[in-house]
Amino acid sequence: MTTTATSGSPRPWAVLLLLAAVLSDLAASFWMAAQSHRWLPVAASAAAGPVDDLFALEVGIGSFIFLGCSGVMLWTLLFNRAPKYDLDNGDPIEGNLKLEIVWTVIPLVIVMLIAWKAIAVSTTLSTLGGKVRVSGGHAAMHGAEAPAAAPMAADATAAANPIDVIGRQWSWEFIYPNGVHSSELHLPEGQRSFLRLSATDVIHGFYVPAFRLKQDLIPGSVIDYSLIPTRAGRYRLRDSMFSGGYFASNQTDVVVEPPEAYEDWLAEALRQPLRPAANAATDLYNQRLARGDRGWATVPPAPPPLVHVSADPEAPHES
Amino acid sequence: MTSTTPAPPFDPRVLKAPHPVPGAPNNWRRFLSFNTDAKVIGLQYMITALFFLLVGGLLSMIMRGELITPAADLVDPTVYNGLYTMHGTVMLFLFLFPILNGFNNLLIPPMIGAPDMAFPRLNAAAFWMVPVFGVILMASFLVPGGPSGAGWWAYPPQSIQNPLGHFINGQFLWILAVALSGISSIMGAVNFITTIIRMRAPGMGWFRMPIFCWTAVAAQAIQLIGLPVLTAGAVLLLFDLSFGTSFYLPEGGGDPMLYQHFFWFYSHPAVYVMVLPVFGIFSELFPVYARKPLFGYHVVAIASFAITFLSLIVWVHHMFYSGTPQWMRNLFMVTTMLIAVPTGIKVFAWIGTLWGGKLRLTTAMLFSLGGVFNFIFAGITGIMLATVPVDIHVGNTYFVVGHFHTVIFSTITYGVFAGIYHWFPKFTGRMLYEGLGKLHFVLTFIGSQLTFLPMHAAGLMGMPRRVASYDPEFAFANVLASLGAFLLGVATIPFLLNLVSSWVRGEKAPPNPWNAIGLEWLLPSPPPAENFEDDVPTVISGPYGYGLGRPLVEDEERYVAKAASAATGA
Ligand code: HEM
Ligand SMILES: [Cu+2]
Repeated sequence: MTTTATSGSPRPWAVLLLLAAVLSDLAASFWMAAQSHRWLPVAASAAAGPVDDLFALEVGIGSFIFLGCSGVMLWTLLFNRAPKYDLDNGDPIEGNLKLEIVWTVIPLVIVMLIAWKAIAVSTTLSTLGGKVRVSGGHAAMHGAEAPAAAPMAADATAAANPIDVIGRQWSWEFIYPNGVHSSELHLPEGQRSFLRLSATDVIHGFYVPAFRLKQDLIPGSVIDYSLIPTRAGRYRLRDSMFSGGYFASNQTDVVVEPPEAYEDWLAEALRQPLRPAANAATDLYNQRLARGDRGWATVPPAPPPLVHVSADPEAPHES
Repeated sequence: MTSTTPAPPFDPRVLKAPHPVPGAPNNWRRFLSFNTDAKVIGLQYMITALFFLLVGGLLSMIMRGELITPAADLVDPTVYNGLYTMHGTVMLFLFLFPILNGFNNLLIPPMIGAPDMAFPRLNAAAFWMVPVFGVILMASFLVPGGPSGAGWWAYPPQSIQNPLGHFINGQFLWILAVALSGISSIMGAVNFITTIIRMRAPGMGWFRMPIFCWTAVAAQAIQLIGLPVLTAGAVLLLFDLSFGTSFYLPEGGGDPMLYQHFFWFYSHPAVYVMVLPVFGIFSELFPVYARKPLFGYHVVAIASFAITFLSLIVWVHHMFYSGTPQWMRNLFMVTTMLIAVPTGIKVFAWIGTLWGGKLRLTTAMLFSLGGVFNFIFAGITGIMLATVPVDIHVGNTYFVVGHFHTVIFSTITYGVFAGIYHWFPKFTGRMLYEGLGKLHFVLTFIGSQLTFLPMHAAGLMGMPRRVASYDPEFAFANVLASLGAFLLGVATIPFLLNLVSSWVRGEKAPPNPWNAIGLEWLLPSPPPAENFEDDVPTVISGPYGYGLGRPLVEDEERYVAKAASAATGA
């Protein structure tokens, strides 16, 4: 922007100063981009890498612009202040066509570059499969044919046998191809897992921060979804779409384990008796009733699902 | 301006006016009446809006009190849901929209040299709907079951669950209030646009019009295009809620996604209805306090309409994770990103205006500088949110809450404060105390960074928005945010004190205290009922001629002298 003020031949010290400013802005921006990975939870799915890199790119570019603009503003604050009784005007510059074209075109190029990269990332992840609308209540949904998700050959069997993910006010239920029901989600590490998302009452959001993935569950629709967990561990699964009364308590865990451990868990789970899952919303609602049902109106929690394996509310999660 | 004769406390011409004007003695009652004077209506809007700012602020303090600890311990989660719903609704529909309409009413006629609005009665009717739906909304606190707790999006099916089954319930009143607000805004929009198109002073072509008026037209056009869609969507919601239809209910063959399209088709552009006038305020203020012409006036003016157009085709970026197919996500990502271009043009133009200027750091200037600084940050997080894979992670988390509060509070509300500090002398005839103003700015600036920055961090780590309780790992960010929020509460004290005491006994304001260029500054402070009456000046140059030595209007000295003599009563 110095060019506007010194529209003659640029003075050497001004050029040097500008150069130093741009270089330090660049250095700071690279540093911020590197830092940005630390602002995110552990990376536990195949999506995390590309998403985090894209975010870092944006942090870098964003920092450069933010520091650049606020640097210029700070400069004017320091050096362009009017002395107390100086009633003069500044330089009567009304504009500069070249500069205006530059600051139209450069942002355009930058955002289109970002969009292009983002489309590439979405294409590689391809987590979202088809969506079918089902009318006639939730019972009909289980019969609904899963739309083709165009899986790789190796994944074909898994795609044909997805895990059902059912969101309710306010509980999670997972039904595995072998008939196991659980209220925490177990997934094998390093394989593409196929999910069928549905909700029985209102919209819910399937959100696992460690996976960097989120997808709404929409009543009346079955949505095919797939993801690849890449790191063993226990992570939070949170309802991300506001779902009424005890929305905040509608959390459970995802447990990612090596494929053998996962198979063992499935087999072992099937031997457990079905029992109601532990459910924070029901506990809170009962406490509320015990205190005389004070507070504003809410629908009562749906009965907790009957599961072979219930989530353990005390188990520590990594993120 | 050094008067020797003791000045009467009001412009003598007001006694001849058919209806009273601000600044005249003993007729505060006109603020409680169906008055058709745009300046009275403007102040009615402002005062009502500031009252609701306090209401909305109080609700947010209770919310931040709840969120200072991870568990839901201060209020029941259902109460938290009602509080956050009402907070958002009050802030948008009862604070921001009304206060911006207050600015429209106060500024548009004097800025374009019109005596009043094109449709004064429509104007007054639009205002009086605000207290009506304000009361309806507040009444919902009192109905059985409490107010709506479905958030300002009111997504079905959750919003129409109606647990108690009463016909009159919080959600019913909420929809009614929002629909009335929409009708009021449409009435306002018709009036503002007509006034600007038809009632400009002689010589004031489009490219001699102040940017505030450009942005007013750009913003009000959105209201006319978008609000009918929202209102239709809300009426269908009301039918589903109260009359058993199932437009949005899957059991009856409806689709909840339909509502989301209706809602965001208006509610995304709505954010630009709020921000565009503030862009206008910044564009007015920087030239005054940097003593320079607005950099690239023509481009800044036209960029307003580029924003209007683009804002109408980006709404699906609120639905990236709702089952939107990939091609549609990509398309709407690109359109959203394009908005950054005209927006960037404006930001760069303001910075260009500052460059090489003679900056005067009045309170109004401090709020403008702070607002632009925060807006650059929010624009960058906005691009991140527009990026599909990144939004899939941070959408519906506190990152979004951080983003839009940085816009809505730290940019728009800053702009509103800047506008108040700048034009208060013009419309009340009194100066504000700069000391209290600067205290207000410093507290607000620190408070807003402390409140909203940590929210971004919590969101990146995966804290969902709209929660009444959260996992302990988010506690630190939330403690900071709560402390910041309480500081913001404290910051309003010097502000209110300043407004009230200055209006009552502040120093008399001269016609042009900031030495600004603009038709409104050629009028006495406060301006008489009909502004220039039948002596409307002829505009002969563009609006920001600082340092160019060109008079704004023909016979400028005469108008200056006239305003000054009116002020001193000579
Ligand atoms: C360069 C400019 C901007 C871009 C690219 C942008 C982008 C976005 C995107 C993509 C979202 C959706 C995030 C999500 O829900 O997952 C969003 C949310 C939001 N933005 Fe912006 N934004 C920008 C500027 C603004 C402005 C100027 C305003 C206000 C005047 C604003 C207010 C909001 C609000 C209120 C929401 C959240 C609505 C809600 O979820 O309740 N943004 N923004
Ligand atoms: Cu939007």
